[in-house]
Amino acid sequence: MSAWLNGIQSATSGAGLHDQQFNGLFLLFLGITGFFYLIVIVALIAAIILRRRRTGSEPLARAALFGWVGAVVVGLAVLSAASFLVDRRVDAATMGRPPLKIELVANQWWWDVRYHGASPSDEVHTANELHLPVGVPALVTLKSNDVIHSFWVPPLAGKQDLVPGRTNDILLLPRRTGLFRGQCAEFCGTQHARMALDVTVESLPDFRRWQRAQRAPAFAPRTALAQGGYAYVTQRECANCHNITGTPASGRFGPDLTHLASRRSIGAGTYPMTRGHLYAWVADPQGAKPGNNMPYIGFEAQDLHAVVAYLQSLK
Amino acid sequence: MSDVARDGEALQGAELEARLHRTWSRAPGLWGWLTTVDHKDIGRRYIYTAMTLLILGGALAAAMRLQLATPESGLISAARYNQIFTMHGTTMMFLFAVPVMEAVAIYIIPLMVGTRNIAFPRLNAFSYWTYLFGALLLWVAFALNVGPDAGWFMYVPLSGPEFTPGKRTDIWAQMITFTEVAAIAVAVELIVTILKFRAPGMTIARMPLYVWSILVTSIMVVLSLPAVALASGMLLADRLIGTQFYNPFEHGDALLWQHLFWFFAHPEVYIIFLPAMGFVSQIVETFTQRPVFAYAALVLATVAIGLLSFGVWVHHMFATGLPRLGYDFYTAASMAVAVPSAIQIFCWIATMWLGRPRFAVPLLYVVAFIVTFVIGGLTGVMVASVPLDLQLHDSYFVVAHLHYVLIGGGVFPLLGALTYWFPKLTGRLLSEGLGKAAFWCVFLGFNAAFFPMHITGMLGMPRRVYTYPTGMGWDALNMMSSLMTGVIVIGGILFVTNVVLALRRPPDAGPNPWNAPGLEWAADSPPAPYNFEHIPVVSSHTPLWEEGPLNVMTGLRVDDREQVVTTAIEAQPDIRYPSPEPTLWPLLSAVALAALFIGSIFTPWAVVIGAVPLAVGFTVWFWPKNAPDGEPVIE
Repeated sequence: MSAWLNGIQSATSGAGLHDQQFNGLFLLFLGITGFFYLIVIVALIAAIILRRRRTGSEPLARAALFGWVGAVVVGLAVLSAASFLVDRRVDAATMGRPPLKIELVANQWWWDVRYHGASPSDEVHTANELHLPVGVPALVTLKSNDVIHSFWVPPLAGKQDLVPGRTNDILLLPRRTGLFRGQCAEFCGTQHARMALDVTVESLPDFRRWQRAQRAPAFAPRTALAQGGYAYVTQRECANCHNITGTPASGRFGPDLTHLASRRSIGAGTYPMTRGHLYAWVADPQGAKPGNNMPYIGFEAQDLHAVVAYLQSLK
Repeated sequence: MSDVARDGEALQGAELEARLHRTWSRAPGLWGWLTTVDHKDIGRRYIYTAMTLLILGGALAAAMRLQLATPESGLISAARYNQIFTMHGTTMMFLFAVPVMEAVAIYIIPLMVGTRNIAFPRLNAFSYWTYLFGALLLWVAFALNVGPDAGWFMYVPLSGPEFTPGKRTDIWAQMITFTEVAAIAVAVELIVTILKFRAPGMTIARMPLYVWSILVTSIMVVLSLPAVALASGMLLADRLIGTQFYNPFEHGDALLWQHLFWFFAHPEVYIIFLPAMGFVSQIVETFTQRPVFAYAALVLATVAIGLLSFGVWVHHMFATGLPRLGYDFYTAASMAVAVPSAIQIFCWIATMWLGRPRFAVPLLYVVAFIVTFVIGGLTGVMVASVPLDLQLHDSYFVVAHLHYVLIGGGVFPLLGALTYWFPKLTGRLLSEGLGKAAFWCVFLGFNAAFFPMHITGMLGMPRRVYTYPTGMGWDALNMMSSLMTGVIVIGGILFVTNVVLALRRPPDAGPNPWNAPGLEWAADSPPAPYNFEHIPVVSSHTPLWEEGPLNVMTGLRVDDREQVVTTAIEAQPDIRYPSPEPTLWPLLSAVALAALFIGSIFTPWAVVIGAVPLAVGFTVWFWPKNAPDGEPVIE
């Protein structure tokens, strides 16, 4: 993987409302705690330097202790209050606007993503990626199918856990467009490290275009090679787990593949979406992400070419 | 009366020493080694075992840093890495940090309060063996590739029967049971030793600050460890006999584990930290040659931290979706802990300012402690804030934070304390030159390795990942952390070398090489098996700095193991109490217990069958004997 990921997972980038608030609050905390740290270090150095001359006076130290405790209490009170106000202000800023409704279900080790619409035919079903229109609040419902995971897209907001048996949610309010990356933040088993989520924040028209494209069923294969791949995917092992809308493949155990080739990465951020990496992933899913639930199949060379050609056509 | 030999005017000097030796020494050879109930023997082997586990846990840390030095590294597989970080956390928290703090207390506390042995010395021996067997269980399992791999925090349902089948998690949970038994036993011994075995005159307001720390810590152990014992017991039941406490798909609750676990594991941080605060107080006092400033404020701060630490566990769960109003309470409680900590820091610096500090190695570790621990405390204030924590939680920022707290606030004071009390442990002083070299490597290496992790975390790197993609801006920071880990390793090697070289020299330290004020320095270095010829009587909290020779009381039997029991608050002599003789039964009972615990991982019948040898062991151990009963003190 290369520079295509550069800086896109930083908590300091301030691309979302929460993250902007985080940056301001963090600077306040850094300033106040830094000030107290400076006092401690100066006092420590003074005590070390003064050791040759006996200048310390106990009554002075007693008075200073009271002053110190007072200052610490005031500092903590300011920080607690600021923290409380920021926490509540984030909620207030997103209230009263109809949010985009997204449901995110975590699995070991990938994300199942659904955009709810007015009717079932408006629904978008994808995996391991979020597309968000800039400036529109998005209410993400968080669930888990197996163990505890944590939703974390640092440029947009802090974490929220996905706990089996419970439903959590998080409101996102993206403030600028860009490509971002999130990653599961709660240890969830062998491949916790390879459970990433690509996030695209785009203009509302771009988002609508994406949504329309995603609602469409999968493209029919055009070349002979891709048709061979279509036949393999829909009739052999792949269809047991994967869904490709508009085809007989309707498995629900693995990520939806309807528009796989339009995504930025393969295997929840394991590989970038390139032809070569599609080959690598399909030929040996256990190579780069050992322990994941996609089995090694052992393709014949012509089947591998065909399957990859078909998958590449799923724009 | 006259038929019983007692120390006093008629019996003192060489003859008294010879007779006390006869009474209190352990048997020669292996038999004596296995049966000893001397708190110094147990304490020493507890310390050596815990420090060995520190080295093992540190080796795992070095392995992880090798893997993380470069992105997409293939050095260690995902499965192996998950075992390694689980073993690192488990070893450090359960088998090193808590035990080593209790270990030092087992050795030093009876000397510090001026008595001849710890309360319940056989339980003490039993506790050590139990701890040892728990440590062996975990590490043998790891060596056989059945080590746990679901994290030291073992969140359900990942650690449940469905997602981690096999024995790995069972071994972890049963190891917890071993360390629980051991730690609670030691805590009870220490509480009783401190409350009832203090030298006459050592009122509760004259206890050294380290004794206060250990008293508060031990009470915290008794109150918090049952929570994790319950939690891990329920986990074992879910895994082995089909209960559904934590199974969300059968009306169990995945968050119940987190509440119970953190109700223990947050106080645990203070269980590690408070004894270290005691070390710092003792070292500052000795190396500034004046009583520590504002004794009462330090005592109250210690007690306050102990209380507040039970009100902060939810700050580990801010991202789990609990009610918001509740979060605010835990934010406030977590921030409030900073107040007593600030008081402590102030008092130590003020003591240096008022005294004439001599920067020997132990005091250098105190300075390092202040410089690093305050950073950890202040980042702790940051993660107490909900909006900040939601970003920082479970990122490398928290890895940096917790190591600043635990290494800065725990390991640095510990290394200082081991250097300080080394003469009392071995009769020898550590080399000052080698000690300083080790100190600078550990101190500078630590900061250079861990400070960058704050930034790595801010840049979005999560914890507990076996690898990371390149191009995230994390590469250089990770390489820096990994390289500097090497400097810490060099420091560790220098520290161990210093110990080994010192042990090869003949004992030369003398009873009080630092001119320290505490009673432990009135005993020989290393102390005789009976600690003190006569039980000291004290009239201040720095007795060895008072004018004239140390006052003593007399009248204890010398042909039986006898200790003075004093009143809990005023330390008035109350009764004379027989201290148990050496015996093999604590070891045999611990073996029976270990067989039961380990067997129960494989079959529930082990609990039934294993109870029989355990019952035999305990029965013989506790069989009433014709030992002398407690008698009132003769004035």
